[in-house]
Order: sequence, then structure tokens, then C-alpha cells
Amino acid sequence: MSFPWAKEYTPTNPVMKFFDEKLPLPRLVYNAVGAGYPVPRNLNYMWNFGVFAGFFLVLQIVTGIVLAMHYASDATVAFGKVEHIMRDVNWGWLMRYAHANGASFFFIVIYMHIFRGFYYSSYKAPREMVWLLGVVIFLLMMATAFMGYVLPWGQMSFWGAKVITGLFGAIPVVGEPLQVWLLGGFAPDDAALNRFFSLHFLLPFVIAGVVILHIWALHIPGSSNPTGVEVKSESDTVPFHPYYTAKDGFGLGVVLILFAIMVFFLPNALGHPDNYIEANPLSTPAHIVPEWYFWPFYAILRAFTMDFILPAKLWGVIAMFAAILLWFFLPWLDRSPVRSGHYRPLFRKFFWFGLIPAMVVLFWCGGAPAEEPYVMLSQLATAYYFLHFLVILPLVSSFEKPEPLPYSITEAVLGSDKKAVLGENTKPAT
Amino acid sequence: MIRPIAILVGLGFSIVVLLAFVTGAYTWATEETQPSAEYEFYLAPHGPEGGFQHDGPLGTWDVAQLQRGYQVYKEVCAACHSLKYVAFRDLAGLGYTEGQIKAEAASYQVPGINPDTGEDTFRPGLPTDYFPSPYPNAVAAAAANNNAVPPDLSLITKARHHGTEYVYSLLTGYGPIPEELKAEFPDFDTPPGLHFNQYFPNLNLAMAPPITADGQVTYAEGNPEPTIRQMSADVAAFLTWTAEPKLVERRQTGWPVLGFLIFATILAFLAKKQVWSSVTPRRERD
Repeated sequence: MSFPWAKEYTPTNPVMKFFDEKLPLPRLVYNAVGAGYPVPRNLNYMWNFGVFAGFFLVLQIVTGIVLAMHYASDATVAFGKVEHIMRDVNWGWLMRYAHANGASFFFIVIYMHIFRGFYYSSYKAPREMVWLLGVVIFLLMMATAFMGYVLPWGQMSFWGAKVITGLFGAIPVVGEPLQVWLLGGFAPDDAALNRFFSLHFLLPFVIAGVVILHIWALHIPGSSNPTGVEVKSESDTVPFHPYYTAKDGFGLGVVLILFAIMVFFLPNALGHPDNYIEANPLSTPAHIVPEWYFWPFYAILRAFTMDFILPAKLWGVIAMFAAILLWFFLPWLDRSPVRSGHYRPLFRKFFWFGLIPAMVVLFWCGGAPAEEPYVMLSQLATAYYFLHFLVILPLVSSFEKPEPLPYSITEAVLGSDKKAVLGENTKPAT
Repeated sequence: MIRPIAILVGLGFSIVVLLAFVTGAYTWATEETQPSAEYEFYLAPHGPEGGFQHDGPLGTWDVAQLQRGYQVYKEVCAACHSLKYVAFRDLAGLGYTEGQIKAEAASYQVPGINPDTGEDTFRPGLPTDYFPSPYPNAVAAAAANNNAVPPDLSLITKARHHGTEYVYSLLTGYGPIPEELKAEFPDFDTPPGLHFNQYFPNLNLAMAPPITADGQVTYAEGNPEPTIRQMSADVAAFLTWTAEPKLVERRQTGWPVLGFLIFATILAFLAKKQVWSSVTPRRERD
């Protein structure tokens, strides 16, 4: 499906004609990310991040497969194997630093992608399925990244695994047996390391599968855009190729420059020094912190410090999972008919002066030691986080008077939309 | 239906966390936090004056300094600290020739097997061998060191924040407890068997001062005076190399990569501009 004015794939080369008849794979690509996919002409650079995420997924899979060729998931040798990669494998240091920083960049671009979705309400009808699949991808990414961080078998690998699997121990009755079952023992050891390696290898391919569904679901209604006004006519769109391939190509160049600076000049800046100490079950690090991309959720976990009917730890665990799972319900919680935050004065204030500062505080406190004032700050930010999504978002549209929307994307870009008004190509997308 | 439930859930979470905030804030406001000597007298690590030649994005190894640092490691640190991820062959990175490396390796005794009887024995090292550990195992290391196992030094500068500076500061940071500390915390004392050092997080370090006198190591001619600071800086540089032998190679790969990416990105920008010029609204010309 697509807009009626979408260009059709017409191969002229006999080889491509042959392919198109037997297996229309080139046609699929042409319609997905080629000239056959009409895209709103007014996308800003925030719409680049989906392509960046796709790039980093591929980069992680490629570097990860090379690293797996030189790694062994045996607790007695895993740490030394990583050093072997760093010292003896040709370009091993590049592969490992690209993989470690690639994970960080994957999360940076995914967070930008998700917050783009929050601001422009990309989750709203008709794109609910795109959003739901996106949240599934994010959960899979978190699981994959968590297990990947265990593989070097450093101190933070070990103690991070112990703390995170310990969260399941907070569940009443089944918690402890569940934790033992997940780890294959009472503490992380060979059994846990082996299964984490196996799953860390598997899950990226599951992610790739869900990414295909995510893009498929996106192509049913087509991409959203900064005005939130749906495409009305051909003049509202441009073909993905060359317009957005060119724009994404430039954006990717900028991201790769930043990535190269990290990989070649600051490769350990986003890591923790303790992970260069081999795992030692008898020596607990002073501050156990997960990787930076988990900090907001770790801050939410630690914000619940008081028993209230349920034990504090259980509150923390439930809240941490709820903080992400609630994203699944956003399409039905936000009932403003206007999509874009550009035209929602009240929502926009809550977004910039509420949600964004709360996230900054959660990021900052999640990486800080569990001391005051960090705990108090993360408690305030956690309270706002839940209020924002579960109370403010469902209610704000009742009090808000949206600003006037442009008639069409063309009008938003050109100042008028004579072509669309004249009724040419005004047949809505099917 | 979903909205009322969501509002209740959202209020529930925020009320519980705000209750925790109120109790936490009350405790914080009413309870005096005890000042601690560790908090007030800990010093952040710093490098030697003038820094290291490998500092900064254009830094390169000072091979002579690395060789001096290796000598300090060999004559001082190696008595207690292993270097298990470094092989003798890696010494090529310090500018030693193949013959020198063979001789260096052969000067070490490494665990081996008697080819005639199959019994455990020691044999002269080969370039492919790794630096042997001073203790047969961690228990022996703990027993010989008052229960504090000396850490392996291969990765020490990456296993601490600002590791190179940390090593330098720790080695030069021993001294008596300052008068101000004694005045402020009369109860503070360094337990027997530990050593006062303001660059160690709890101020009391198990390691005895390893570099205690100028000239403790005799440097070959043409090298700087082996002062405590010089030897500490040299061994800190050497341990930076052992932790990240590809450091300079990495940066030197990075510059052309960056150059290429910047060039490619400029081209991509111009391409993008040209592609979009046909649909980008132009300013009206009068």
C-alpha cells in the first residue's frame, strides 16, 4: 500500500527485470526506502534518527559477530579473552571499542527517536502499531545491552548482573526460585555467562525482525511529520530517494564524526573503570552502577526508599518496569486531536519544562551514588515522570486550546496550498 | 476506561515516591551528617608537572620513558605485582629488538613441564610467554601481604578514574598525617600495617611506600635523574602502555578516519543541498 502517486518500480535492466518477475526484492526495497515511498516534504532532522538506529543495529551485529569469533563465554577465561581481543587480534581494539561505543550511540539515537515520538505524538492513530513495535524493540535492546555488558566479566559485569537479576528476587513467593532459574545458580557464574552470551547473540536478530515489522507498520499510514497534519496531496510529499537518502546521508555523516571521536579518542569515557577489574564475587565495588543508558530507570528503581503496604524494593521494581511499560498505553492516554507539540501550547510547556528536566535529573541521579541529595532529586523527578504520562497527558487536552493548524503540509512549507485546494490529487491515501 | 485507571496508577506511584521524599527530606534536614576525614582530606589525582608525552589527542609514546618505567616495574613493583596480560613479545612496543626480547624473556623463570619426566618445573621464558606472577596463587599473595592481594598491574591505569595520574599521585603521595587533619579529626589514625596516603579513597593504603629514595633505581646514562617523582612518572607511563598498548596507534588511525568523515560529510551536505534545491521554497525576489 502507498499513496496513489507513489512511483512504480519499472526496471529496464534485463537482470533486474528477471529478478522482479521471480522475486520482487528490488521492488520491495524501492517501495520501502527508495523512490517508491512518498514521504512528507517537511520532515526536520529529528526524523533522521530512525535511519541512524538502523545503522547502529547493523554496526552492532557486524562488530559483534567478529568479536564472538575471538571470545569465549567461560568465566575463567572471558576477561582474558577480551584482553586478547584488545591486544592480539588484528584491529580487535577497533572492533571492541566500536561495539562498546556503538551500544551507547544506539541508545543515544533511540532516545532521540523516542522523544521525537513524545513531542510530535507519533504514537497517535493511525500509527499505534508502529509505536507498540518500537517499545518492543526498546525492551529487546535493553535486554540485549544488559546481557552484553556482562560478557567482559569485569567487576561491573558481575555485580550489575547480580543486582539486576536480584530485582526478580523482590517478587513475592516466586521471586527467589525465579532468580535462581534465570541465573542457573545462586550467583552469576558460568551458567549465567553462557546463557547471556547465547541470548546476546540471538536477540539482535530478533530486534532486526521486529524492526522489519516496525517499518512495515510505518509504511501503512506513511511517515508522520512536524505539523502532525496528514498528507493530503502529492505536493505534500517527496520521494524517499533521493530526498531523504540525501538528508539521512548527511545526518549520518555528522553522527559518524561524533562516533569516531568517541571510538578513537575517548573510547572508555562512557564505561566504568571497575569493568577493567576481573569479576570477583568476594569484593563488592563501592558503587554499583549500570551502563549510562539505564540510569533513568535505575534512578526510578532506587527512588522508592519507603515501605508502604509493599516493601520498598518491590515498589522500585514495579515502578521501574511500569516506567517503560506505560509507553504501550500512550496512544490511548493522550486524546488530543492535535498530534504535533508545535500546536499544543500547554502540552509543549509540560514537555520542555517538565518531562525533559525530569529525564535529565533521572539520568544524572541514576549514575550518582545512592546518597542525598541525589535520592531526593530522583524522587521528585520520578513523581513527575509518572504524573506526566499517567495524569497530565490524559488530562491536558481538556484544558488546552490548540493553536491553528495549517491546512496542509504544502501550506506549512510554501505559505499556501493552491494545488491541494484546487482538488488535484486530493484523494486520501488508502 | 483506560484513562481513569492510568490516572489512579500515576497518582499512586507519585504519592508513594513523594512520601518517601518527605521522610527522606525530613531525615536529611534533621540529622547532622558527620564530616569524615576521607571526604575532606582526599585529594584528586594529578599527573607530574608538564604531563606526559602521550597526553592529548596528538600524544605519542616517549619510548625512553617507557623503558625506564619498565625498569622501575621490574626492579620495584614486580616483587609483589603481576603483569599477566603482557607478554615478553609485547616489549617490541617499547622499542626493544628481537634479540633483546629473547634475552629479556630468558632472564625470567616461568612455570613449565620437565620434558623427560612430565613433572612441574621452571624453565627460561620465551618471547611468547607472559610475565610470570610473583606468587603461585592469590592465597599465597594474600598470605605474604597482610591479606591484601596486590592487584595485577596490566590494566591498572584503566581500572581507576584518571588511572595514569592516580598511579603517579599514589606513588608520590605518601607522607605523615597533616596537622590540619589531626586538629579536625583527633580520632583519625592509620591502623598498623597500613600507610597514610591522601590520594587513596580511604586515606589508608595497604601498600608500603614502594619508591622511597632518589636513586633507588639506577638509570642508564643519558636518562634524567632517578628522583622519586621521575621514577613514579616513568612507571605511570609504562603502566599506561601496558593497559592500552594500542593507544597511539588508535589515535593515529583516528585522525585520517576523522578527516575522511568530515570530507564525506561536507560532500553529503552539498549533495543534500542540491537535491533539495528543486523543492525548497526560495525567497521571493522582487
